[in-house]
Amino acid sequence: MQFVTIKTVVRASAIGLLWMSLVAPAAGQTLLNASYDPTRELYQDFNAAFIKHWKAKTGQTIAVKQSHAGSGAQARAVIDGLEADVVTLALAYDVDAIAQSGLTSTAWQKRFPQNSSPYTSTIVFLVRKGNPKGIKDWGDLAKPGIQIITPNPKTSGGARWNYLAAWGWALRQFGGDDKARQFVADLYKKVPVLDSGARTSTMTFVRRQIGDVLIAWENEAYLALQESPNQLEIVVPSLSILAEPPVAVVDKVVDRKGTRAIAEAYLQYLYSPEGQEIAAKHHYRPRDQAIAAKFAGSFTKLKLFTVDEVFGSWQNAQKTHFADGAAFDRLYKVVSR
Amino acid sequence: MNMRAQRRVLPGFGLTMGITVLYLSLIVLIPLATLPARTMTMSWAQFWETITDPRVVASYRLSLGASLAAASVNAVFGALVAWVLARYSFPGRRIVDALVDLPFALPTAVAGIVLTTLYAPTGWLGAPLAKYGISVAFTPLGITVALIFIGLPFVVRTLQPVIEDLDPEVEEAATSLGASRGGVLFRIILPNLFPAWLTGFALAFARAVGEYGSVVFISGNMPMRTEISPLLIVTKLEQYDYAGATAIAVVMLAISFVLLLAINGLQSWARRRVAP
Repeated sequence: MQFVTIKTVVRASAIGLLWMSLVAPAAGQTLLNASYDPTRELYQDFNAAFIKHWKAKTGQTIAVKQSHAGSGAQARAVIDGLEADVVTLALAYDVDAIAQSGLTSTAWQKRFPQNSSPYTSTIVFLVRKGNPKGIKDWGDLAKPGIQIITPNPKTSGGARWNYLAAWGWALRQFGGDDKARQFVADLYKKVPVLDSGARTSTMTFVRRQIGDVLIAWENEAYLALQESPNQLEIVVPSLSILAEPPVAVVDKVVDRKGTRAIAEAYLQYLYSPEGQEIAAKHHYRPRDQAIAAKFAGSFTKLKLFTVDEVFGSWQNAQKTHFADGAAFDRLYKVVSR
Repeated sequence: MNMRAQRRVLPGFGLTMGITVLYLSLIVLIPLATLPARTMTMSWAQFWETITDPRVVASYRLSLGASLAAASVNAVFGALVAWVLARYSFPGRRIVDALVDLPFALPTAVAGIVLTTLYAPTGWLGAPLAKYGISVAFTPLGITVALIFIGLPFVVRTLQPVIEDLDPEVEEAATSLGASRGGVLFRIILPNLFPAWLTGFALAFARAVGEYGSVVFISGNMPMRTEISPLLIVTKLEQYDYAGATAIAVVMLAISFVLLLAINGLQSWARRRVAP
């Protein structure tokens, strides 16, 4: 089947645009979940399940609205006054920014189990069918003649996970920040296009046939594979980063609207067997052992490290790698020479 | 002579002017005034450092250069389109006329994606061009192509009514008095079109400088090479650096304002020359 359908064009054109979809007719309380782009389908399913669950438990009919855009753009929208009861974003750094503005507690990460991230993902490679360039692990990306597609870490939250995964692997493989920097610099020398977001990078790789390998979130890679199974293959490296998309209740908003109980139950429900199963169906790795065992066939086992283990914290990683003039920018001064 | 003391011939000045000032303030002035206000949190040294960063300077050069190039191309070919639409009647003229407005109506992200698909090395236009070693997508040339696309209606729509209003009798009179075709073109038609033509150019240019949606898809966003200034603004926002983002915006605004002012000046000079 041809990859570009009207649907994909329309969907892609919505990248970066804020759109909201009313899931149920507004009756009683309404919850707004501000999330990032690739979770749209996940939360459509999850919201329907939660509305049913809440009705069965309390008899109340509620509505859940969702809003999607880039993770950073959503955090800024909430800071600027978007009345989101809960946020479900791509990286802890963006929730930290909301907490620093005073809208929620700076200890938000301790409020829900597992660092407040109910499902995880990791960074994998998407290659052309048959893996013509023989890419098996991070080291193969640095080989001559390989073109890599990854978005710009300065504009894309997802791309920051890609960058940190590569850095973490090189750190373990070669030891020492200098060697890791060299490896990552070698990788970015092979990137012909730094798209502004993860979905755009997927389009560049899949649709425009540019590059030999796309570095992508596992769930995004599976989505792309579903759309064009005869053209692509997923390669899972030996070691990668544990991407932990965080969730949080926005205190100021739920206290004003009186929705704290529902908001907390909503996020808690993500950890329930039903919530975990929905996440797994949408290619996010479940935290729940039983559900993980059930979906064991869908996720390749690999060694994973966390941001906190290797980089201290997201705040730290942001400061040393992605701030203006930090490691990524310096890398580019070398690359562009 | 004191105009204010006199009673105006046309009634309603107080009301209309009041609404004009209120409207412009709400829609333009207040939002623009908050820009410099947000940069106030920076020191002068920080401000200077932000706006003179080599990467930021490279982006001004690209944004302004590509916008000028695109506006120039549109000025030439847009004028031709306007001329054809205004002066000739041919089958399908209405359709062509409607086509011109499409870049206005299309969401810019869609335009960007479509153009990138066309001009990428695998695209319908990109593939044959690649054979001659010309790459369009992910180069400054690609950015210019996107800006030409979104800027076209401005030149056509400002020139078309002016061409339609040109009195053919003047041209006929010039011809009957012995002017050559070139003479009519250069001494009658073009001087009359010049002010409107400049307006179209300025509008197309201003639109291009601020364009983000379509360009980010086709530009490739490579630091120092294909990063436009609006992208760097978004980059700063992504780090919650509102002050840094507005600093770049202030510079863009200042440059655009000076250029538009210069174009306006040129226009009123041209108008004085044409006026009898």
